[in-house]
Amino acid sequence: MRRWFQSKSINTPSPAGAVLSYVVLGVWALLILFPLYWLIITSFKNSSQVAEGPFYIPFADFKPSLEAWRYILVGDLSQDTLRNFGNTLLVAPVSSLIALVLGATAAYALVRFEYRPRVGAILTFIGCLVLSIVLISVGLSWPIGLIVSAAVFILLLQTIGRRFKRALGNNDIAFWMISQRMLPPVAVVIPIYILFQRLHLLDTYTALIITYVTSNLPIVIWLMRDYVSTIPIELEECASIDGASRYRIFWSVVLPLAVPGLVATFLFVLVFSWNEYLLALFISSAKVQTLPLTIAAQNATRGPQWWNMSVLILIMIIPVIVIAIILERYITRGLLIGAVKG
Amino acid sequence: MDTTATHEEQQPVRLHTIISSAADRLAGSVFILPAVLALLFLSLFPLIASLYVSLAKFDIAPGGFKLTFVGLNNYKKLFTGSEGTHFLGKFAPSTFITWLVFGAVVIGLGIFLARYVLNNRISIGGLIGRMLLALGLGSLTWMLVHTLWNGGRLGTASITLVYVFVGIFFQYILGLSLAMLTVQRLPGRRFFRVVFLLPMMITPVGVAYMFRMLTDTSKGPFTPIWQALGLINFSWVNNAWGARTAILIGDIWQWTPFMFIVLVAALESQPVEPVEAATVDGANSWQIFRHITWPAILPVSMTLMLIRLIEAFKIVDLPNVMTNGGPGTATQSLTYHAYINWRALNIGASAAVAYMLLFLVTFFAMIFVNLIRQRTVETL
Repeated sequence: MRRWFQSKSINTPSPAGAVLSYVVLGVWALLILFPLYWLIITSFKNSSQVAEGPFYIPFADFKPSLEAWRYILVGDLSQDTLRNFGNTLLVAPVSSLIALVLGATAAYALVRFEYRPRVGAILTFIGCLVLSIVLISVGLSWPIGLIVSAAVFILLLQTIGRRFKRALGNNDIAFWMISQRMLPPVAVVIPIYILFQRLHLLDTYTALIITYVTSNLPIVIWLMRDYVSTIPIELEECASIDGASRYRIFWSVVLPLAVPGLVATFLFVLVFSWNEYLLALFISSAKVQTLPLTIAAQNATRGPQWWNMSVLILIMIIPVIVIAIILERYITRGLLIGAVKG
Repeated sequence: MDTTATHEEQQPVRLHTIISSAADRLAGSVFILPAVLALLFLSLFPLIASLYVSLAKFDIAPGGFKLTFVGLNNYKKLFTGSEGTHFLGKFAPSTFITWLVFGAVVIGLGIFLARYVLNNRISIGGLIGRMLLALGLGSLTWMLVHTLWNGGRLGTASITLVYVFVGIFFQYILGLSLAMLTVQRLPGRRFFRVVFLLPMMITPVGVAYMFRMLTDTSKGPFTPIWQALGLINFSWVNNAWGARTAILIGDIWQWTPFMFIVLVAALESQPVEPVEAATVDGANSWQIFRHITWPAILPVSMTLMLIRLIEAFKIVDLPNVMTNGGPGTATQSLTYHAYINWRALNIGASAAVAYMLLFLVTFFAMIFVNLIRQRTVETL
């Protein structure tokens, strides 16, 4: 009787615990899979089969048709779908990778270095930024406006900026970074649109990638900061004594140990840029549209086209699922075992 | 002879160390500057530009648009003018219960302030910060108690707070329990892990449409259940709390995976030796969780909650698609409020709502980072 409640090793639950775990996991899996099942069967329905009430089992309750799949993949919408699919497939991974590289280095820096930016310097910088915006909106061409305010900035930095000796710390920098995500997209789309219009970057991959990298950076930095800080500093000290440079330590000691965190963060950021809707709506007009725009476009004047939408949503999650299945194995325990002892 | 030999040997070595130490000294900047510059390029400009827009009136003009500076007019409208009931809600007259709840909160805040003042280590900054905190929380409580009960109506600010805090609470609890279950060595755990990630991968607009299908009481899959309960003519659109619950369920369904995956990674990267040692010493599983696992995942949990706090304040797709903000304005979040103004080309008013959202998020994020996160992480 007792062996039902006894576990053999730390991570292996007792038989009773395993049964309980399976029940809980099964219930949640069901809660997740049922909506997806509904999505799948809706994609095989036509408009009358959706309108006439709930039908649950294909062939038994209703006759499935490939109408919607044909419409999306080879029919009228196929050109749009495939182009937007390609765009999403390019923009999301590239921007996530860049964000991951920039974010992981910055996170490491925030954990292991100490920064003391002066309050005076920051205030002068903000002042000059406001100045440049005012100058440009008054009608000066933007290179001149930028150069003028940069000159003023350097001048003030050398004089007034030095007066205020108070400095901020790493936590303040981190908070500033995460605060960049606080404004809702509705408020930032117009300034971003104007910015890219001035730079002649509207409807380009560059614009989308830049936008996604900067909007995802804060999240990468915050998540990686915690993962990096769990890495024992002794390992880095050992490497340092052996003569490795900071870059070498980061590349050969920190990054390999942070792999579970890197993978989880990458997955999350990838999903974020994969699914982003509002910014893409503004930045792209035809050439670089992404798939979420196609989905939203299915809410036509005749009401939502549920079957087309379902097909598009399903098409959209397949690549991410494949990536998740490939990457999931790297989120596993044991990378640190024995590393600290020796 | 000897000296020249050592001299020749040392020279290149010294040069090398000089270069590498210079590079090492620069390492701090090299590591952080790319990220800072990227953020400055695209984040600071929209922030300042939309602040200006919120202080202006936006008009379509020939060849583009025109901004006229109107000062704080857009904000004034939000608090006292035509948008007042929309933003803050309709205030019911005070009753005994509202005074009781409000009084309790005020006393609590008073004790909090008094304890800080009586504690000998006070600073001006800390005092001002705590007074702002007390003031903010006090007025939020005043707003909530007068709009929640008898005759009041929630404004978009309170509705957003409900979404954020109820949503995050359930997401974290669910995410943590599921993560704890799937780090056990169970056959098939990789299947569960991938399945649990699925909701996060669907585009938010897609999730919203999917939940609209599912919550349809006459054609959705749960129609027989509604029929059995006699709710066939019941519509989410008619019941404020029903509609809010539906949206919350969608939100929890969609974002639990985020908590889940990050917590799984945190649990997996936790060293096993302390757990082994504790088991040898005879600790039970609750003690292991409380004293070893929980402290190890606490920092990452705090970050998770902060990120979700910031993201959840921006909820818009679910109310927009599922209920169109209805019944009335009962399910409208702040971002949706901004979006309505924006769609009506009231860009200035929209930016003002967005900035109020920014203040609210900053307020809670500050509390979170300065009080809760620091205290919990430091006491470890």
